[in-house]
Formats: sequence, C-alpha cells, structure tokens
Amino acid sequence: MISNRKFSVILKSLQDTWETGRYLGELLEAGDVVALIGELGCGKTYLTKGIAHGLGVPENYYITSPSFTIINEYQGRVPLYHIDLYRMEKGFNEEALGLKEYLYSPGVVVIEWAEKLPELPQTRIEVRMEIIGDQERKVEIIGHGDHPAFIIKRLRQKLGAEA
Amino acid sequence: MMILGIETSCDETAAAVVEDGRKILSNMVASQISIHRKYGGVVPELASRKHVESIVPVINEALSKARITMDEIEGVAVTRGPGLVGSLLVGICVAKSIAYVKKIPLVAINHLEGHVLAAFLEKEIPSFPFVALVVSGGHTNLYYVSDFAALELMGQTRDDAAGEAFDKVAKLLHLGYPGGVIIDALSKEGNPNAINFPRAYMEKDTFDFSFSGLKTAVVNYVKQNPNIVEHPESHTISVADLTASFQEAVVDVLISKTIKAAEEKGVGQIVLAGGVASNSRLRARLKDVARDRGLKVYIPAPELCTDNAAMVAACGYYRLKRGFQSSFDLDAISRNRDFD
Repeated sequence: MISNRKFSVILKSLQDTWETGRYLGELLEAGDVVALIGELGCGKTYLTKGIAHGLGVPENYYITSPSFTIINEYQGRVPLYHIDLYRMEKGFNEEALGLKEYLYSPGVVVIEWAEKLPELPQTRIEVRMEIIGDQERKVEIIGHGDHPAFIIKRLRQKLGAEA
Repeated sequence: MMILGIETSCDETAAAVVEDGRKILSNMVASQISIHRKYGGVVPELASRKHVESIVPVINEALSKARITMDEIEGVAVTRGPGLVGSLLVGICVAKSIAYVKKIPLVAINHLEGHVLAAFLEKEIPSFPFVALVVSGGHTNLYYVSDFAALELMGQTRDDAAGEAFDKVAKLLHLGYPGGVIIDALSKEGNPNAINFPRAYMEKDTFDFSFSGLKTAVVNYVKQNPNIVEHPESHTISVADLTASFQEAVVDVLISKTIKAAEEKGVGQIVLAGGVASNSRLRARLKDVARDRGLKVYIPAPELCTDNAAMVAACGYYRLKRGFQSSFDLDAISRNRDFD
C-alpha cells in the first residue's frame, strides 16, 4: 500500500513561498516528482524558484516561467526539470510532448498545472496552492508514496506546521 | 557576400538570402501557428517534427525567390539559441550539412542578437552605440549595443516575458490566441487609466523586468469583479478597459526602463525589436516619450520583428566579417545565459 501524509500551511508573503520552496528543494532527490496545482498567479513559479535554490541551482540563475517553452532544465545538485502544462488542455496527448522521458529521468521534476496530466504519477509530492490574500496563500502538501511521505514529515518539522 | 540564413528556434521555419548584410533577396517563413493554435502556444515536440518537414522546401524557396543557386552562397548563418533545443537542432543540422558539402563558412547566431540587428535591414539604420529592447513571447531583454557582435545584456525578465503576460491575460479573459495581437486590438477601445495596475520597477539599480505580479493583480481584479467577464453590461469597466489598463502597465515599465538605460549609457538611439515590438501602444508611446527627450527610435518592419531568417543572415554577415566562424561540433543552446 502506498503511504500518504499531508499537512497545510498558510504562507504570508512571497518570501514565505520562496523559503518553503527552498526547504522542499533541500529535501528532494533524483527521481522525485513535485506536482503543483493551483490557479494562475498563486505562486507556482515562485515556489519553484525556491525549490531550484534548495536543489543547488545558483541563486543568480533566473528561474523563469516555462509556460512558453513548456520545459526548462537547470543543473543543481541533481538536474531540475521545470515543466509547465498551463497551455495544455486537460487530457492532452502526452506522447506529443515527450513528457514520459522526463518523468522517469534521473532528476527532480516539478510540474506546474499537474492536474492537466491524463494521470498523475503514483509516487509524488503534491502541492495545492490557493490565493487567500494579496500575497497570502493557503498551501496543502501531500506525499504520495514512501519517499514523498518521508519528505513531507521532514518538511513539516522544518516549517513547524500542524498536521 | 551572399549569406543564407536559417532560423528554427521556435515555431517558424525560416530561410533567407541576404547580400552584404543589407540587401534582402528573399525572406521566407513557414509558420506553424495553425498546428499550435489548439494548444494556445507552441508545443516543442510538434514544432521539431514540423521543422524537419519544412526546412528543405523553405530553403529551396528562399534560393529560388532570390534567383540564385546554392553554389553562389558564400556562408551559412544559423540560429544556435536561445530557443527550443529540438527545434534549433533541425536548423543546425541542415546548416552544417550545407556548409560541409559546399565548403563554405558556418556561423552560429544568437537569436536575440539577430532581432537587434534586424534594424540594419531597414533603409534608415541606427549608428553605434545604442540601447535595444527585445520583447517577444519568450524574451524581454535590454541591451547596450556598441558594435556588431558586441551586445551587453543590461536587464531581462525574472519571471514571465512581456509577450507571455499578454498571452496569459488573454487566456484568463477567454480572448483567444495569439493574445498579444488580440489585446492590442481590443485595448484601442478601452481606457488605459481605468484600473491602476501595479508597475514593477524592482530595485533602483536594476534593469531587470518582472511581469508575474502584474498577471496576479489582473487575476485578483477579475476575481473581485467577476461581472466584468460574466455580465459586462452591468459593469462600469469593460474588458477593453481592463486589457488597456493591463497593457498600459506593461508598456510603462518597458518604456521607462529603456529610456533610463539610454540615459545611463548616454546614447541617443533606441532599437525596439522582437514580436511584441508590433504592439501599437508600445510603438506609439515609445516614440512619443523618446521624442520629448531627444532620443531617436528605430523599429524594424513587422515582418522583420517576428522571427525571421533575414536577421540571422545579416547577423551572420557581420560576424563573418569580424572573423567569427563556427566549427562542425556546434550545438544548440536553450537558454540565453549559457552563451559564451
């Protein structure tokens, strides 16, 4: 059985969002998939900036939105594949995008608009973000699978959040 | 010197023949818009496959339109990046093959440098040094240009490119694709001062851009005023007012940074290039503001602002003249910062 662990946290500022991403990035290992879910402007790319930094991508390296290119690659302690499905319709043709090559690659995969995937990877860290104020965001983080569950436990300790 | 230019960095398969970096003999573009439209943008894997199909016919067309044969081509210039790696590789492979078989020099071009040098394909050309703003769906870059092949990057976007912000707002409001063109047209009927959206000028000493916060502000506005989309007749502010106000916020930041860059560098000329340079509000406002300050603005014709190969051929001419030449192990580069 796939274990599953989750917690919620309120992020009060852009800085909070970035820090949370950085903590998460520090915990990620090659093979991890982070599924980001949330409306336009909720901070998915901003969170990914933090994740990239936590993964050791140099701070002066700009993590820009991949909405236009769909996939951006960065070299950190392990490769980071930053994917954005914003422009895809739900249930799009995955083959046409060549996504599978990334999902099973020796790197960390962060997918914005992951809910548009025909099927989410079974083992994943799912981050659901919601706009509740100008900069305030409600974030729910769920670990599906053993390693993700372990990461969620560590992340929760780091953030001091309630289960 | 007759140069063949090849450009396949995104969704246009393009080839052109340019003489001495100035005279366009042909400038062919096979657009893939119809293929990508249903995705609301370019899909990398589909783009590379289409480039493979189109590239040879497009090159042949460019040669025949120019009324010359491959034997008369004296150099091949090809876009090396930034762009989609799979797409770039198609152009690079063909360029290498031609250069190898015909024993002529091969020269790699930075797509963004190509956009800037498109200004030299016009009748009236700028003189060095000048400041150049390249704005498109994938880029928002500000350069100080002191010579051909001598561009200093002064600023770039930290999140969304300007054109990308247009596309996202258009999609949010269900206006269709391509968003930039639609918003430009719609906004002509709107009041640009209807809503005071935030302008992200960032830290004082930076020429970087950020359009993500503006996008979020538009999202929040629509959330707080759902009637603007659902019941426009009951709302005092129209969708045109909204897009005009959004566009104005983008244009204000682009212009103010560009003017500031020109003043800091002490130059009297500005080049505006890239796909978003076709935006009528940006063109008009930049010309106005620049005139007031005694600055001269150069904007290439629309067909030279969107992706094309004439700019690549021109760039190739000037680079070859300056002794730049590429070897056959040339590889594609996806991101601008990885250029040497």
